[in-house]
Amino acid sequence: MTARFQKVVPKITVWRAIFAAILLSGAYATYLRIFYGLGGSTNLSDKFPWGLWIGFDVMCGVGLAAGGFTLVAMVHIFNIKQYRPVLRPAILTAFLGYLLVTLGLLYDVGRPDRMWHPLVMWNPHSVMFEVAWCVTLYSTVLFLEFLPIVFERFGLHKPLEWIHRISVPMMILGVLLSTLHQSSLGTLFLIVPEKLYPLWYTPILPLLFFVSAIGVGLAMTIFESWHSSRAFGRALELPLLASIARVLAVVMSVYLWIRFLDLLHRDAFGLLLRNRTETWLFLLEIALALVPTALLYQSRIRRNPAALYFCSVMVVFSFIANRLNVGITGLEAGSGTHYIPKWSEIAVTLSLVAVGFAIFRVIGEHFPVFEAHSAQPELVRTEEREVDPLAVG
Amino acid sequence: MPKAILYDSTLCIGCRACEGACAERWGLPYNDKIAAEETISAHKLTTIVTHGDHFCRRLCMNCLQPACASVCPVGALQKTALGPVTYDAAKCIGCRYCMQACPFQVPTYEWSSRLPRMRKCDMCSVRQSAGKLTACAEICPTGATSNGERDALIAEARTRLAAKPDQYYQKIYGLSEVGGTSVFFLSAVPFEQIGLRMNLPRESMPMLTWRVLELLPDVVSTGSVLLGGIWWITNRRAEVARKEGPRK
Repeated sequence: MTARFQKVVPKITVWRAIFAAILLSGAYATYLRIFYGLGGSTNLSDKFPWGLWIGFDVMCGVGLAAGGFTLVAMVHIFNIKQYRPVLRPAILTAFLGYLLVTLGLLYDVGRPDRMWHPLVMWNPHSVMFEVAWCVTLYSTVLFLEFLPIVFERFGLHKPLEWIHRISVPMMILGVLLSTLHQSSLGTLFLIVPEKLYPLWYTPILPLLFFVSAIGVGLAMTIFESWHSSRAFGRALELPLLASIARVLAVVMSVYLWIRFLDLLHRDAFGLLLRNRTETWLFLLEIALALVPTALLYQSRIRRNPAALYFCSVMVVFSFIANRLNVGITGLEAGSGTHYIPKWSEIAVTLSLVAVGFAIFRVIGEHFPVFEAHSAQPELVRTEEREVDPLAVG
Repeated sequence: MPKAILYDSTLCIGCRACEGACAERWGLPYNDKIAAEETISAHKLTTIVTHGDHFCRRLCMNCLQPACASVCPVGALQKTALGPVTYDAAKCIGCRYCMQACPFQVPTYEWSSRLPRMRKCDMCSVRQSAGKLTACAEICPTGATSNGERDALIAEARTRLAAKPDQYYQKIYGLSEVGGTSVFFLSAVPFEQIGLRMNLPRESMPMLTWRVLELLPDVVSTGSVLLGGIWWITNRRAEVARKEGPRK
């Protein structure tokens, strides 16, 4: 945001000070986590075993990375080449997202030294087992999808060809793994029918998680294009983003319609008449999804960068609200307790987000992530390998 | 034959002998301060809870189809043929999904430990395998907690309900809750009045997630064919367009 000025005079800016403060508090929270355990670093309890690190770091982190698989599917499988310029930033976001989710899990899991156990000790009846495998495999796929960016940067043509050879099955695998992973985060909560508030507990949670992940993946693509155009001083690909916004409006409409049908078929609308915290949180979540969806159907909104950005932010917030409701607030009453994250939980979460932004920025500056950087070599290459239109990224 | 525990609240005098015996069996400290804590925790795996004139006990229900064992990603929790649900701390990664999934909120965690474990009653699995009674049942002075064959205990509970219809709320808690448990409760008052959860499904909990998980091979195989097929079609279209392009 203040990037252009920073480059001229590298000095202490408000953003850098905030960034440093977040990382410092995160470092102290890490010390507490290591030496005083989960008890010394979180407000978790026997009645409330999952908190912010699962509700936000994992459930939102994975969802916000969904742009990766959504765009890979659109560009490479459905062959909609016009979305190509935003594909690499989306893959980068997804890759960083999954790395940070894994890092977050190291904080949350009681015995991080045993994180590898699910890979050798199997229980196929466990959703968590599926989640563990999806995180592992999909992180690997994302790494492979990200590699071409590195190879290009250092002009390694041989490995680049190698990776292109396996790109199609790899991308199909990536989309499948994402489908499973996004939905399985919803499946996780099917086992708590007596705890999760009925506005959220539904047998179709996996479907809702999957569809909303596609929505937020598209919204994040618009969000990060807007930010990187400002940070790197590039022109905004407005016609392209407007066309993504059109898809976003349709996906969100489908999502909202499924949620309406779900409440209808479960006879759950009566719950909205109760004056409870859950009702208001639910209405907030729905309003944050409904408003941008309605707005995005208007072309003057889609063509206005600020309005477009505002809409994508609302979709992202609606998504975060939904995951926090399912993972935290919707469980409080049923668990018979209250949970407010400890400062150290928030510090770790903010640190992860800050680190994500910082790495994205560094990679964006030094690697051919955006079309503008790689326009020249890209052109040459595509002409050379006209027969293979499926180069990753 | 699977074993079970029958807790008869009408016979319980709240002496807390079961708490002490349980602490001893697990090698945990037990004193007046801990006795006064009426919640289960990593250092107190069973407790007597006072509800006005009535008592209730909290312990692992060792469900017939335990949610905890089904959700454990590493299989650290196992349902044994004898009845107990056992825990292998050496496998546990500490994801705490068992705690989230348990409808009775039984599993507890060693929150302040650097190398924490989950803790819960395992119905004295080792003692029962050796033909001994559970520590709590062995020490109970009034017979409020009894331990034996599951079928025999159900018959015993029914006999008590029939013999003194005016002293018992005419239901056995644990027969059908979450598909049946290995711990049964009898009470003078409706169960919610002694703090037992009543909004539980009658079916087995693991089915709730398995219904989705079992679709996994179908989703993966169908998805591969579908996505591969779409790629093949769209790519063919692009190829044709490319070949015909120059002619235009």
